[in-house]
Formats: sequence, structure tokens, C-alpha cells
Amino acid sequence: MDTLGQLAQGFGVALTPMNILWSFVGVVLGTAIGVLPGLGPALTIALLLPLTYKVDATGVFILFAGIYYGAMYGGSTTSILLNTPGESATIITALEGNKMARRGRGGAALATAAIGSFVAGTIGTLGLTFLAPIVVDFALKFGPAEYFSLMILAFVTVSAVLGNSAIRGLAALFFGIWLGLIGVDLQTGQARFTFGILELLDGVNVIIVAVGLFAVGETLYLAARHRYGQDEILPVKDSLWMTREDWSRSWKAWLRGSLIGFPIGAMPAGGAEVPTFLSYFIEKKLSKKPEEFGHGAIEGVAGPEAANNASAAGVLVPMLTLGLPTSATAAIMLSAFQSYGINPGPQLLMTQGNLVWGLIASLYIGNVMLLVLNLPLVGLWVKILAIPAPLLYGGILVFATIGTYGISQSPIDLILLYLIGGIGFLMRKYDFPTAPVIIGMILGPLAEQEFRRAMTIAQGDVTVLFTRPLSLTLLILAALAVLSPYIYRWWMRARS
Amino acid sequence: MQARSTGAIAVALGIVAVGLVVGYETTQISLSPAYSKVGPKAFPTMVSVGLVILGLALLWQAWSGKWTAEEEDDAQPTDWRALGWLGFGLVFNVALIGILGFILASTVLFASVARAFGSQRPVRDLGIAFVFSAVCYLGFVKVLGINMGAGVLERLF
Repeated sequence: MDTLGQLAQGFGVALTPMNILWSFVGVVLGTAIGVLPGLGPALTIALLLPLTYKVDATGVFILFAGIYYGAMYGGSTTSILLNTPGESATIITALEGNKMARRGRGGAALATAAIGSFVAGTIGTLGLTFLAPIVVDFALKFGPAEYFSLMILAFVTVSAVLGNSAIRGLAALFFGIWLGLIGVDLQTGQARFTFGILELLDGVNVIIVAVGLFAVGETLYLAARHRYGQDEILPVKDSLWMTREDWSRSWKAWLRGSLIGFPIGAMPAGGAEVPTFLSYFIEKKLSKKPEEFGHGAIEGVAGPEAANNASAAGVLVPMLTLGLPTSATAAIMLSAFQSYGINPGPQLLMTQGNLVWGLIASLYIGNVMLLVLNLPLVGLWVKILAIPAPLLYGGILVFATIGTYGISQSPIDLILLYLIGGIGFLMRKYDFPTAPVIIGMILGPLAEQEFRRAMTIAQGDVTVLFTRPLSLTLLILAALAVLSPYIYRWWMRARS
Repeated sequence: MQARSTGAIAVALGIVAVGLVVGYETTQISLSPAYSKVGPKAFPTMVSVGLVILGLALLWQAWSGKWTAEEEDDAQPTDWRALGWLGFGLVFNVALIGILGFILASTVLFASVARAFGSQRPVRDLGIAFVFSAVCYLGFVKVLGINMGAGVLERLF
């Protein structure tokens, strides 16, 4: 069946009243947590993972996708009005957006961010719709060796290339892989790293790690640093209607941002920060009024916001077609697939066609809902920003308790949560990225599986990874990703 | 040369130590003879070696002053009082959630966190915390069916 036919079928799934409701709940919840500093989509989806025991898979994934997209919209509101980016991907938005709000142009900034997010989200979802089947066709040729090499490439890019230090990123990744290895080895039934604690035989739950790092660790860090509640919320004085000049300066930036964001998001490297930075610098270069940059240039909001949302759609491409998560949120969504016993990978589109196409269709619907939620109703979200920090973080930790204690009513889980929270605090303090921990934890055991499969087929011959051309290409790319900054520096020094 | 950060050195040593523990625990995994080529030890060995090497690299960076990591602001030293309140709330929660039940344990946790974040109105915080925890309990346990265990107040519902 052709792509459009399948998409139509997907709309049939997504437009049932129950699934529309899930999508609506998702986008509302997503916008709310995107607006609130300290709460992100990865943490929220982790806390909602227990739903996978009760609700059908399609409904849950439509909910999660709504949260994921909604958080991108909500994050920009916080960046513009509070100058405290709600999400790492909206740091750039704060640069110009907050300046615009200070000059009394907050309404226009919110409008160009929301409409740009809608345009880019729709373009990105279109990209996902038509790229996914192509990637699947290609991926069906992959054997275990290629999969393992692809995972190595993803590991390297998410931990070593993004972020400030390759060594610290890799250390976080290895720690995550180790957490993923704890428990009974599925192939041999051997217990690994359980330290004689019965609760660890089933492995460490990803909910505990995500909540520990993102809720407990973050709260400890903010409390220790007094990083809360100092910024004033800027009022929106102007109307949300953009002037003719705003439109003419915005629409090209939206399109350029989308075209930058989607491909970068769809690469096995992923990440929304890089495309937002790129878009900002391109807009600054191309702008007819470059002198406005730094004082509230509307292109500087429109472009990065579009890039951010398009890359969010892009990240879903490797997730849904290869089972390869490139962000913490995608990794937790992958663990939801596992909890349903669904194997994410190239077969997903065929075996779970209704689920995947229903999910993709729900993204189109969610985008429309988000545009309505974030433009006329923006005043509602601004009110959420007024929750005082002491109450907000008190509530977050109570939710963290529910999320972990509710799994098995075991104090061991809470102790583990606090231990990981303490580690998360140290990681924040000493500038280690936390997303590689989650990605390593989910993807590590899968990589091990592929590695052992490849070795079984090749009868223990490790060179198989280097003799198969596709596998070798992926490994060379991974090596280049790590080494190219060093090579570049060495080359520049040699020239001068 | 920048000043060495003892904290960074300690973190680097901690990573080496975790790597060594992983390595030691790997040798404790009993091996079934059927899996001679790539068994359950191969990946853990790689992780152990990786952590030790990365830890040593960080140790070198920290020792030579290239990595101080404490971000920009020395102007804001760690607030130990805030961490103390937070730690109290967390320990109280884990120690007493089984005895007092979720609602009371969470009320104390919420109020201690609020205190850690600079709130000066403990009575108001406790009130809000109690209502919030009770509403959460009713919502999650009665509506969503998540088991949060029994407790002093939970028996009343």
C-alpha cells in the first residue's frame, strides 16, 4: 500500500474520539510541562510509563507524542517571557525572544514562535511521513553487524559530539550502559551486577533513573545553587497579531529553520540544540537588519523555533524506523515499546502499521491543537509560570515519589532513586550531560544483543564489523565524529 | 595554569572506582561453558575498561587544571542548608513511607523541599502539602489504580 493510503488509514485510527482525547491530553500536558522550568518531556513520559500496563499501545503513544510536541511549544513561551529556557532546545529562542518581550513586543515573539512551530512541525511531520518508508526499505538490508555499528555511531554522536566534553559525555554513556546491564542476562540467565539484592534481578527500572536524574538531581542542584525564582515574568503588552513586516521577515525564517532542523534531527546523531544554533547564525547572516540581532530581531525567534520543532519530528524517524533513540525522550518512548513487547525496528511499520501511522496522523492533529492552545490561550500558560518555586519543586518531588514507590512499594526503589538523584546532582555540578545515561541504558543492552548475534553468525570473528562495507562505513563515520575536532585543530596548527 | 579543583579530582577518581567495581563484579559472573565465544562478560568488560580509561583521562585533566568544571559562579557557593532540608525530606520520606503512609510522608517531604527553596511559611506549606498529597493519593490510587501502600490516613479512605 502506498504512503498516502497508509496515512489515510492512520487518520482513521487517530480520529477516533478516544484517540483525539489522548492527543488533546498529551498536548495540554506537554505545553504545561514545557512552560514549567524544571519539568521536561523525558521526565513526564517516564512518570507516565505505568500507563503501558493499562492502556492500549496506540493511545499511549499518541499521548506521549502529544507531550513531546507540546513541550516544544511550551518551552518557547518560558524562554520569551522569563528568559529561563524551559528546555535546552529553546536556549536560542531566549536570546532574541526575551529582548523582544522587554521592548514590549512579547506578543509578536510568541506569535512567530507558535506559528513557526506549527509550520515546522507540519513540514517535519510530512518529512517523517515520506522518509520513514524509505529508511525502512534501506534498513531491511541491515544485519546484526550493521545494527551494532549503527548503534556505535549513535552512541558516539549523542555523547561525544554534542555537549562540552567528549570524555565526560562518554563517561555518562558508559555509566548508562552499565545501569542497563544490571539484572539477569536474557541470553544465558546469568545474574549480573545485582550485588545480592533480589530487586535488582529484573534490572534497574528506567523510570527510576529518569526521575532520579531529571527530578531529584535537578531539584538538588537548583536548591544548592539558588537558581530559582529570580527572573520576573514579562507582561505581554502588544497584541498577538503580527504586523505585515513581521510576517514578511518570519516566513522565510520558518521555512529555512524547518529545512535545517528536520534533516539534522533525522540523522542518527539527533539533538535539537545544533539546528537551533545553526538557524540563528544563518538568519543573522541573511537578515536585512543584522543590527537588530541582540536587541530583539524577529527572525532570531522564528528560525530557531522552527528548527527546534522540525528536528523534534526528525528524531522520530530513526526512532520509528530503526528503533534508534537519539534523545532521552525518544529512549524512554522506546522503553514503552519494549514494555508492550513490541520490537522497534524496521519491521515496526509492517507489524504495527496501525500504531505507527495512527501516531504520525495524530502529530498532524496535535499540531493544529497546539497552535490554538498556544496563541489565543497563551495567557493561561503565563499563569502557570507564576507558581512559586518552593511549591513547584515540592510538588515535583511528591510526583517523583509516586512514580517510583508506585512501581512496587519497595523502599529499595526509593533509595535507588535518591542515589541516582545524588549522582545526577554531581553530574550537573561537574557539567556531565545526562541524556547519554538514559540512551546508554536503553540502547546498551540492545547493542549487546546485536553484537552477540553478529558474533554468533561470524563464529566469534570480530573482523566482521570491518569487512562488511556498510558496517565499516558506519564505524568510520563514528570515528570521524569523535576525532574530527582534534584533526581539525591539529591541521590548523600545522598550517600556521 | 588554572587552579586544581579537588571536587573534580574526586569525581574522576569516583569514575575510576566505579570502573574497577564493574570489572571486579564482571569476574564474579559465573560462566556457563556453552557460551565460550561472546558470553555475558564481553560487554561488561568493555564498560569496565572504558570507565577506567575515561576516569583516568578526567583525572589527568583535573590534575593539570584543564577541567575545573565548577561553571562560572564562585559567587554562589553551595547552599548546604538548602541541601540539608532537602536531604531531611528525602530520608524522612524513605524511612517513614512504609509506616506513616504516603500522604503524611509526602506532606513532610513537600514542606521540607519548600523550606529548602527559601519558603519562610512552614504552616502554610504544610497545609498546601497535605492537601496536595491527599489529592494525589486519591487521584492516583482511587482513579488510576496505582498501589501506593497502606498507612495511617490511607485506611480512612
